[in-house]
Amino acid sequence: MYGGRYAAETLMPALLELESAYRAARRDSAFRREFSGYLHQYAGRATPLYEARRLTEALGGAKIYLKREDMGHTGSHKINNTLGQCLLARRMGKTKVIAETGAGQHGVATATAAALFGMECRIFMGEEDIRRQAHNVYRMRILGAEVVPVAAGTATLKDAMNEAMRYWVSAVRDTFYVIGTTAGPHPYPVMVRDFQSVIGREAKRQILKREGRLPDLLIACVGGGSNALGLFYPFLAHTPVAMTGVEAAGKGLDTPFHSASITAGRVGVLHGNKTYLLQDEHGQVRDAYAIAAGLDYPGVGPEHAWLRDTGRADYVAVADDEAVEGFVALSRREGIIPALESAHAVAHAIRTAPAMAKDRIIIVNLSGRGDKDAETIAQRGEVTG
Amino acid sequence: MGRIEARFRTLKQEGRKALVVYLTAGDPTLQATASLIPALEAAGADIVEIGVPFSDPTADGPVIQAASQRALRGGTTLEKILAMIASLRRTCGIPIVLFGYYNPLLGYGTQRFAADAAASGVDGILVVDLPPEESDELRRWTDPAGLAFISLIAPTTAPKRARRILRGAAGFVYFISVTGVTGTAAPRIEEIGHAIGKFRPMTTLPVAVGFGISTPAQAAAIAPLADGIVVGSALVRLIAETGQRGDPVPAAAAFTAMLRRAIDGEVADGRMRPPLPE
Repeated sequence: MYGGRYAAETLMPALLELESAYRAARRDSAFRREFSGYLHQYAGRATPLYEARRLTEALGGAKIYLKREDMGHTGSHKINNTLGQCLLARRMGKTKVIAETGAGQHGVATATAAALFGMECRIFMGEEDIRRQAHNVYRMRILGAEVVPVAAGTATLKDAMNEAMRYWVSAVRDTFYVIGTTAGPHPYPVMVRDFQSVIGREAKRQILKREGRLPDLLIACVGGGSNALGLFYPFLAHTPVAMTGVEAAGKGLDTPFHSASITAGRVGVLHGNKTYLLQDEHGQVRDAYAIAAGLDYPGVGPEHAWLRDTGRADYVAVADDEAVEGFVALSRREGIIPALESAHAVAHAIRTAPAMAKDRIIIVNLSGRGDKDAETIAQRGEVTG
Repeated sequence: MGRIEARFRTLKQEGRKALVVYLTAGDPTLQATASLIPALEAAGADIVEIGVPFSDPTADGPVIQAASQRALRGGTTLEKILAMIASLRRTCGIPIVLFGYYNPLLGYGTQRFAADAAASGVDGILVVDLPPEESDELRRWTDPAGLAFISLIAPTTAPKRARRILRGAAGFVYFISVTGVTGTAAPRIEEIGHAIGKFRPMTTLPVAVGFGISTPAQAAAIAPLADGIVVGSALVRLIAETGQRGDPVPAAAAFTAMLRRAIDGEVADGRMRPPLPE
């Protein structure tokens, strides 16, 4: 069994309250209409399902479609979830929100929703990530959020989440914690999955309209796993649709520098849920590494752990170099600069498509846009004029 | 009768309150922890909580976070902690509670942990991220092994939930005195008294109050409201500061003795402070 509610007693009443508030909201058609209204009028949904013809031609195999989450407001799928959670926070009468962020995408999306609903917003971010993602730090501040630097541990996403949970313990009575991925204690994994599954519902409708049939393969990157689960979930019952989650192999699975919790981790408990974790033999959680800050997390959403064990989805890992190749290939072939996170999924499509027949269909979740990563790529010196 | 129960019974007969002290195992070294435990007992501690360091202590404030990191860097593991306790048990009878997070226990193996902890002489366990909803998977091994599963009640816990928690509680009840992490905020005496008054009739177990008690004056003020008080971060900070320059034992023992006198009502000096170097 994965998931659960492995949380300090101080937080338990808040988690139980959140669960019942979320259940009620989910049943409430007014809430669903309101959420859907913001997704369409404010966040720019539906996002296109785009046929990547030149990439498909170059690979000579399966037809590749891109689900363009990069085209949504704030530049990634994260806005789907933060609009949902901030609407719920408002419904619960909470006036303050907090969030953790790695790459800054979830931080920006939370700051955005908080500004929209007039909420006080505090974002916890590792100092190392603040350095790597300065652009997003400015965006959060412009939106009126306070960015709290976290120096503990490796000063990345895991530590930001630790600090957000500590802060939440002290402010739980009036503060809503907007978790950015399908992790954390129940009901977060379920709630985030539900808010993100608009991705898969749209993709299903769009591909049926376009091709008259369901795709053969879905590919999405997996850090905590929210964009992947958002795409996968509405297809779960359609067993002929294969699904592959792509983790970050970083500098290699044989090195300590990767974030492949499912591929190379063991079951453990972190941040309130039981799942696959990168950890040593003593149950100490290891630091994750990925070129993409948004994948830099030592755990993974519990539903992915379950999908892996049941064999419904499979999980692979793509190294930094290959992700950068995917990043460049999509930029050059399609004029779309993907987020480095999403470039891991693109790289796996490049690996897989050539071996598939031309009448097969792949949908790649392009979870975010890559403007934020221009500097990381420039520093590697791989793209020259 | 277990050591925890026996100790509270003796204290009750004497009309005294329990002084529970917390140490992070392996900070500065496991040897230092082994010499601190009997020294603090001699100075007046009744129960010692041994913190099992974890990489991600989300319920702890900066002092215990830093202590945990130092202990982990020094190579502290649960195996070594249990071996230290087993060796200590030849001469030392103070009730020992392991305090920590679930993942290191899970990594050790829950069944193996229960057997080894009991064999080493551990009396109770307190796992901060294992609420009653999730505790069966550990308690199915630790309860039969005779380890008291110590439950927490928070300021946010409603009476109905407290009743459920207390039904399964053992050893003593740990009341969290502040809405926050360890060692970061000063408890409010009136609120604590009010909260304890609400759930007190629901249990026959002794109640200890902790999280945020850092001075003898606070200890003296809170002890009458409960059966015991827990001091953690203040002691850990003192050990960290004195341990850098030499042996942390004398200062830690002196502080413990001050706390002891304070809760025994021998001194009621509100100005008293722990002997922290400025």
